[in-house]
Amino acid sequence: MLEPRLIFGQIIAYGIFAIVLGYFSNSPAYTYHDPEKALLMVSFSHASQTKEECRRFTQEELAELAPNMRRPMDCPRERVPVYLEITMDDEVVVSNSYSPTGLAKDGSTSIYESIPVKPGKHELVSRMRDSRRKEGFDYTSKITVDLEPRELFVIDFRKELGGFYYK
Amino acid sequence: MSAIKAVLRKGFETIEDLFDRIFGAKNNPFYQLGALGWFYFWIVVVSGIYVYIFFDTGVTQAYKSLEYLTHEQWYAGGVMRSLHRYASDALVVMMMVHMLREFAMDRFRSSRWFAWFTGVPMLWLVFAAGISGYWMIWDQLAQYIAITTAEFLDALPVFGESIARNFVTDAKLSGRFFTLMVFVHIALPLILLFIMWIHIQRHASPKVNPPRTLALGTFAMLLVVSFVKPALSQPPADLNYVPATVNLDWFYMPIYPVLNNVSGVTVWIALVAATVFLMMMPWLPPGKRHPVAVVNLDNCNGCGRCAADCPFSAITMEPRSDGSAYQLEAVVHADHCTSCGICVGSCPTATPFRTKSDLSPGIELPEHQISELRDKTIAASGKMTGNDRIIIYGCDNSLDATDVIDDKTQVLTMPCVGMLPPSFIDYVLSRNLFDGVFLTGCRQGDCNYRLGLKWTDARLAGERDPRLRKRVNADRVSKYWAGLTRHKEFFRKLTAFRKRLAAMGPEQDSGQQGKKTGVADINA
Ligand code: HEM
Ligand code: SF4
Ligand code: SF4
Repeated sequence: MLEPRLIFGQIIAYGIFAIVLGYFSNSPAYTYHDPEKALLMVSFSHASQTKEECRRFTQEELAELAPNMRRPMDCPRERVPVYLEITMDDEVVVSNSYSPTGLAKDGSTSIYESIPVKPGKHELVSRMRDSRRKEGFDYTSKITVDLEPRELFVIDFRKELGGFYYK
Repeated sequence: MSAIKAVLRKGFETIEDLFDRIFGAKNNPFYQLGALGWFYFWIVVVSGIYVYIFFDTGVTQAYKSLEYLTHEQWYAGGVMRSLHRYASDALVVMMMVHMLREFAMDRFRSSRWFAWFTGVPMLWLVFAAGISGYWMIWDQLAQYIAITTAEFLDALPVFGESIARNFVTDAKLSGRFFTLMVFVHIALPLILLFIMWIHIQRHASPKVNPPRTLALGTFAMLLVVSFVKPALSQPPADLNYVPATVNLDWFYMPIYPVLNNVSGVTVWIALVAATVFLMMMPWLPPGKRHPVAVVNLDNCNGCGRCAADCPFSAITMEPRSDGSAYQLEAVVHADHCTSCGICVGSCPTATPFRTKSDLSPGIELPEHQISELRDKTIAASGKMTGNDRIIIYGCDNSLDATDVIDDKTQVLTMPCVGMLPPSFIDYVLSRNLFDGVFLTGCRQGDCNYRLGLKWTDARLAGERDPRLRKRVNADRVSKYWAGLTRHKEFFRKLTAFRKRLAAMGPEQDSGQQGKKTGVADINA
């Protein structure tokens, strides 16, 4: 039979382990986002225009191509970067140029940004350039939002739906 | 690195000394970490199966089914759920301490690279399994984990489409991910079990079950936590809101705050680098491997004791290759051998009673030949006087006893005290080389070569071959498993032994002295 002193020691040892397990299994709490703020999230994937226009091969160029590679048009597949600018109440919150995916930069561009913002009423303007033009925007969209604290407001983009849309 | 190791080792030994006093060597949890890991794993499996029976695997119903278990069926389902959580947490603790300890005790080199190397993927599996489990609750914590994990995976350039997008824009897709997680949460533990099994393949009689008292105590402890602080869900996931504050399980999720503050690519590089470094550790720095055991077929009779006693399954018995009349021969698999010499201690032919010319046993460590041990013993005896002359046979991994050497005391060490054939004790006493034999080695319950002490104890007690012959006067043999730290007790035991010897006077039974004893005698 164990001495009482040892039983006591074991209870302490088990007790410490029990407390460690019980406590650290869900404490201390971790705050990764200011609970007073809402979150703007830009998340979409979009294929921008190709960097160069397709053009017809010249006769000489066609002659140089292997016969099985001959085709009338030369279409370089590299795409232009997507430029995105978002302002909230005229303050710029995103202004960034994003590269297309893929080694040859021929894939679509993925954009994933999250921006904590003050809750309340705001005017959001989203602008995007996805073409060869150097200035101006191909898409512009305006929306007035009324955000609650912790609310997640998603800015998405679907070309087939006509551009920016919100959730 | 060796400085860190030394400090860690000292730390472990100090705590373990305390635990030895509280739990006893047999139930000391630090000597049973691997076994406790298995035990926790089985608790997780059984409780997991129970919870799964009531778990609804749809993304919207999952949360409700767990709420039902926790609140309506708190006495069974709730307890099972809590056991599932706390045993998983305990598994992480055990695994990290186990890893740290094998490192501190330098038990990851030589043939042990195998256990170390296979341990590393288990780190990933345990963490991934635990995290996928929290995902399945689909509460705010799960939502946080899902998004943060997805962002982390997106940092790898392998997934074309962003995974994290699924969780912000498309509830349907996050549902599909959820189903994937349920699958992952069942598959990963199965893979883990398989690697746990591989992990111990090189260990003869691995410790996969903790002693009963320790198992009962541990289980009772988990039950108490489960009742006092039942595992609960956080509020249900709602993709329209940011959870903002989450109650992390810090055993499984210490990496998540890092992910929120450091770029995913950096974390990937750090994790992969750490994993590769861990996997290479057994060979950093390289070299330092001692020559492995060698079989001398001329003296091997194929009895198989060495194969039975090798703690690292490094010996197999194979059909005879030298045309001798014996059926089997011992074969050492060099890459499994740790050069501990325990096989030498088990070999019936390793007896010092044999004539000098053929003291070449069936199996031998090239760096520690048994004939050399006999010669050293005889040479040491020459310088001794009195009737309390003691020879201490110790091991290279426990305390350095050389400072007790004087005109009555000699010390000879070997890699493991399990290397000492019991016939040596008989030899020393019957030839009156010394008046007493004192054995020391690693601390009780934690032999550096796993089974050296266990076999030595059993051989001395006459419970395992080769047995210490009955004619040996037990009063002239003493042992204390001192480890590195227990100097005081070691000296106390040694002094007491010396007093006993002095009181006994010289050995009376001189009839046996000088009697030639053959192998057959030792076998008997
Ligand atoms: C789920 C996690 C793990 C379990 C259940 C587990 C279990 C075990 C068991 C039962 C043993 C045999 C102990 C014996 O019989 O002497 C062992 C040995 C060992 N384990 Fe683990 N282990 C785990 C993780 C790890 C990890 C992460 C590492 C290190 C990276 C590791 C390194 C080792 C080493 C080096 C040994 C050999 C010790 C020796 O030879 O004395 N293990 N483990
Ligand atoms: S213990 Fe010795 S005799 Fe027996 S099989 Fe091993 S080497 Fe041969
Ligand atoms: S020295 Fe002998 S007992 Fe030790 S690992 Fe090698 S073969 Fe096994």
